[in-house]
Amino acid sequence: MIRLDNLTKVFDTQKGAVVAADHINMEVPEGEICILLGPSGCGKTTTLKMINRIVKPTAGKVFINGDDTTGLDTQTLRRNIGYVIQQIGLFPNMTIEENITIVPKLLGWDKAKYKARAREMMAMIALEPDAFLKRFPSELSGGQQQRIGVARALAADPPVMLMDEPFGAIDPINRAVIQDEFLKMQQELNKTIMFVSHDIDEAIKMGDRVAVFREGKLVQYSTPDDLLAAPKNAFVESFLGEDRALKRLNLVKVREIVTDEIATVVPSDTLETAMAKIDDYGYQNAILMVNERKQPVGIINRSVARTTKGYCRDHFQAVPAVVDLDDDLRKAASLMFAHDQTWLPCVNDEGTVCGQITQRAMTSHLGARYRARQGDDRKPSAAIKE
Amino acid sequence: MELFHFALDNAGLLLSRTIEHIALVGVAVGIAALTGVPIGIAITKNERVAQSVLYLASIIVTIPSIALFGIMIPVLSLIGHGIGYVPAVIAVLLYSQLPIIRNTYTAINNVNPALREAARGIGMSPNQRLRLVEIPLAVPVIMAGVRTAVVLNIGVMAIAAYIGAGGLGTFISRGISQSDPRQLIVGAIAVSLLAIIVDYSLLYLQKRLTPKGMSREAAAS
Repeated sequence: MIRLDNLTKVFDTQKGAVVAADHINMEVPEGEICILLGPSGCGKTTTLKMINRIVKPTAGKVFINGDDTTGLDTQTLRRNIGYVIQQIGLFPNMTIEENITIVPKLLGWDKAKYKARAREMMAMIALEPDAFLKRFPSELSGGQQQRIGVARALAADPPVMLMDEPFGAIDPINRAVIQDEFLKMQQELNKTIMFVSHDIDEAIKMGDRVAVFREGKLVQYSTPDDLLAAPKNAFVESFLGEDRALKRLNLVKVREIVTDEIATVVPSDTLETAMAKIDDYGYQNAILMVNERKQPVGIINRSVARTTKGYCRDHFQAVPAVVDLDDDLRKAASLMFAHDQTWLPCVNDEGTVCGQITQRAMTSHLGARYRARQGDDRKPSAAIKE
Repeated sequence: MELFHFALDNAGLLLSRTIEHIALVGVAVGIAALTGVPIGIAITKNERVAQSVLYLASIIVTIPSIALFGIMIPVLSLIGHGIGYVPAVIAVLLYSQLPIIRNTYTAINNVNPALREAARGIGMSPNQRLRLVEIPLAVPVIMAGVRTAVVLNIGVMAIAAYIGAGGLGTFISRGISQSDPRQLIVGAIAVSLLAIIVDYSLLYLQKRLTPKGMSREAAAS
């Protein structure tokens, strides 16, 4: 757990005092990732760096796992906080192994223990220990270097991690991969993490909570869905972008809105049966055909069913798309648009059909938040503009 | 051919003078490195002190060596070493300060700020940062300063023959006073060759001392 209590930083510059962080109060519960989000110069990085005193706070306190860190020796404090920076900062004069084991060494672990730990860390970040431990950072790609950067921060198993735009310098494809890997690691490690980002998509993907900063102030602190569905003011709205409702699609899994009312036919059914089902269930274009194990094998088009006689097995077409229960709505929406469908069959892990997802269900699910809000006596956003 | 014969005939003397020359420069630059590197590191803590120290070291280099020897004669006479190897070593020591201090200062100051922040962020003390990160990274540039000092002062040491310090400069000074071009030229060539050979040897040493993971970056500079 990390708690910030009136944390404040005032920089004295030639133009006078600049308040970089203004009485920041927030708490990150244990095991959660909190993203500090905002435009450059908003105070998010300053706030992060006050936690491990890279920036010395002007006022306020930092609590880690309930303990006030004010009295702690700076080096002891830092050795118990994992720290990852955008520029990675691996020491070029040290091997990968030396880089990873540096904090355990500073903490006085014995050699066998930290050597074993280095191998363990390599396994965790999915890099082959024998191939990499004796190499130098300059021999690795950017993505590999940042994995090592994360491993170094985690080597001494600190309860808390601070990450300053850790994946900002990595190309988009590798960034997505490393983000996924990191989230998978976090599921096992359960660290309390503060993570600075200026990328709204990264914040939504990585964050259990998102803190939006502006001009040194914490403007809004909520879950990604709350943030997207109910931005607190015009600044947050504009920062999230006009397509913020679409971003919510990322946050919802197909599993949450799938309905099990799906009508199917089997290959031995007649087209007449198919036509009847199409009408009964109100499908506009087609009906799904499944085999005896309930796996989707094709679709029967309405026009075919109406005009032709025969069996389904002779008149089906390929299934345009199916979604998995664990896919997010963004993928479902994308497939619907790509294949001009208003519904898609859903399959479970075994590949058997377990229901369908419709455009109407998606809009209705996302819309529930907005409808609830209209019931509030919340002022229209125009009135809050400063 | 005549020069070659002269050099061969005096091979023994040439060798002993060369060793003498190397020893004088070696001792002087060695002491200079032992003082200059710590000074260079210390002044990174304070910009104003750094500027003053570098300014002073620059001024020293502008003093012609003959003048410096002249100044030291009355001063060092007080302890009975007005001429000979003591003033020669002191002169070289002083001339070496600028390249060594300046390179150390620059190298430590130019350590990538991201590495500094990483080192602080993982909880290294200032001494650990210096020992584990900053100095190892600065070694190539510090060594380049030492090389500059050595090459520069192999030349200065040749002039020190005039105050009786010995070394290869003896051939040159005798060549001039005895109007003997053979001695003059052999001495001059020997000094030049020595400078080139020592520079290459130190370059090799610099590469050996450069941390392995940095050798690619160092090769570029």
